[in-house]
Amino acid sequence: MGYLDGFWVTLRQIAEPRVTVQYPDEKRPKPQRFHGRHVLNRYEDGMEKCIGCELCAGVCPARCIYVRGRDNPPDAPVSPGERYGFVYEINYLRCIHCDLCVEACPTEAITESKLFEFSFSNREDAIYTRDELVVDDDGRPRQQPWEDWREGDDESTSAWMRATAPSGDAGYLGKVQWAGELGYGLRPPEPGQDSARDPAGDLSVRKVQANDIPAAHGGRVR
Amino acid sequence: MTAHALLALGDPLFAKGVDGGVVVIVVVKALVTLVFLLVSVVLMIWFERKVISDMQNRVGPNRAGPWGILQTLADAFKLFTKEDLLPDRADRRIFRLAPYLSVVPAFLAFAIVPVSGFVTIAHHRTELQLADPPVGILFLLAVSSIAVYGVMLAGWSSGSKYPLLGSVRASAQMVSYEAAMGLSVAAVVLITGSLSTRDIVADQHGHLAAFIPNWNVFRLGFVPFVIFLIAGTAELNRPPFDLVEAEQELVGGYFTEYSSMRFGLFYLAEFMNTITMSAIIVTLFIGGPDGPWFHSARWLGGLVWFLAKTVVFLFCYVWLRATLPRFRYDQLMDLGWKRLIPLSLGWLLVLAAMIVSRPWGFAVVAGGLVFVAALARAVQVGRTATPDQLAPGPVGEGG
Repeated sequence: MGYLDGFWVTLRQIAEPRVTVQYPDEKRPKPQRFHGRHVLNRYEDGMEKCIGCELCAGVCPARCIYVRGRDNPPDAPVSPGERYGFVYEINYLRCIHCDLCVEACPTEAITESKLFEFSFSNREDAIYTRDELVVDDDGRPRQQPWEDWREGDDESTSAWMRATAPSGDAGYLGKVQWAGELGYGLRPPEPGQDSARDPAGDLSVRKVQANDIPAAHGGRVR
Repeated sequence: MTAHALLALGDPLFAKGVDGGVVVIVVVKALVTLVFLLVSVVLMIWFERKVISDMQNRVGPNRAGPWGILQTLADAFKLFTKEDLLPDRADRRIFRLAPYLSVVPAFLAFAIVPVSGFVTIAHHRTELQLADPPVGILFLLAVSSIAVYGVMLAGWSSGSKYPLLGSVRASAQMVSYEAAMGLSVAAVVLITGSLSTRDIVADQHGHLAAFIPNWNVFRLGFVPFVIFLIAGTAELNRPPFDLVEAEQELVGGYFTEYSSMRFGLFYLAEFMNTITMSAIIVTLFIGGPDGPWFHSARWLGGLVWFLAKTVVFLFCYVWLRATLPRFRYDQLMDLGWKRLIPLSLGWLLVLAAMIVSRPWGFAVVAGGLVFVAALARAVQVGRTATPDQLAPGPVGEGG
């Protein structure tokens, strides 16, 4: 029918299921490798992992990280090594959550949590200092009043690294894959886009996750 | 003829003379029409947003009130509290006047639409229609032409280039399509023999054949109806004829410099015009408050029929907006001047001849076909001929 086909296209959309998620009321599950607000991790004995090397500050494309290292006081060391980061500030008005700091960190001190729902009302609150970034004694992030943490969010503060990153697994040279969970313990590499290393054929993990909520409403993500 | 007799031509309300009760009834009718229009604009904006989001696989407004039905009120409240800007280089008086030139005609045009049959209030029998002048259709055409001034002066007085471009487009477009629209209205007037909207509606009562109602859309053979629909959409500056406010090219068109409630008035006028245009299509072509079944004299049945038909056309306008891309300017002018106007003019001629007598009608059709064939042949020769063939006289002598 030429000219009139378009009318049928728009009309039939009325019956199509919606994929919209009513955001503040219902929320999608976050992807495993989501980039959120940073945390500074500690070892099990309470020592800080940060050694004040400033590699994160150097690699940061947004220049939002400010670090100053200092020698550990001999009687009360903060980190196991020689030095520790005694100033650590991240300006969240600049941070683009690229996760390069996480990949650059030699001690897995800085990782990103899954928190993205935080809104401050002044510039001081936008700059997170070491006191706010370092995890508490249980290894969980400290929660600020202007942050909207959800149940179970503080459990997953680990970050992920590409297998081909400088500190990644040499065996994965040339393969696009995700290796080593950072922060909370260590796990084997995750199946990525390389099917040769994905015997279970489980490449659709993230896709299934993204479809959870729309599927419950009869919709689908296209 | 005295003024009193002139009034009595239309509404039976004035038949017994004008006393206090009649004045009260007229004022109440005016107020009810105003409130009815404002409420329907509020609902129309919500309806449009909801339907178009349905057609675009979205959810649409759903926060304010049930199904987001109060969204328009929230928006209106926001507009009221916004700062009212007046550009430095604006022509102040005209800038302030223009929104009202847009809104008032939109109100006025609805006044002649017959909403339903007759009611009797306190021994006064009256039509459910604000005004029934014997020259209803002329009034409609005049008023809708005034609306062009609102648009044109708004752009002109803004002292800014995009509004000016928008208003130049608007006036050209509205003037072009007014012709095609007027010719299709002329077809309706021709078959009815009256300019009064009440007469036009009354004339469509009954059945054409079997169960087909005696509506002008069938009586006039669809073409005037389709032309009126297209030209009406162009008059409203609605998609696909929204070159006037083409956002990608002109920011907002003629109301770019307007803010706050002045902008709100344009917005109001736009939607009010859409409702009025739907109501007028229903009146002229679809039998107004006259339903295909249970033709009851009761006013409520008529009102329901009228509203139902109007909503169908409102839906069509939203549907058009959701489906069609915007016309290019030359396509717009081609459609208006080269297609719609000749077609409606030709159709009007055939109709007129048919009404005089059948033989005359077929003679006109045959003559028209010969004319079109000759014209097509001439165009074809003009396109394919070489300059030599078109030169006057034998080659070499003429020039």
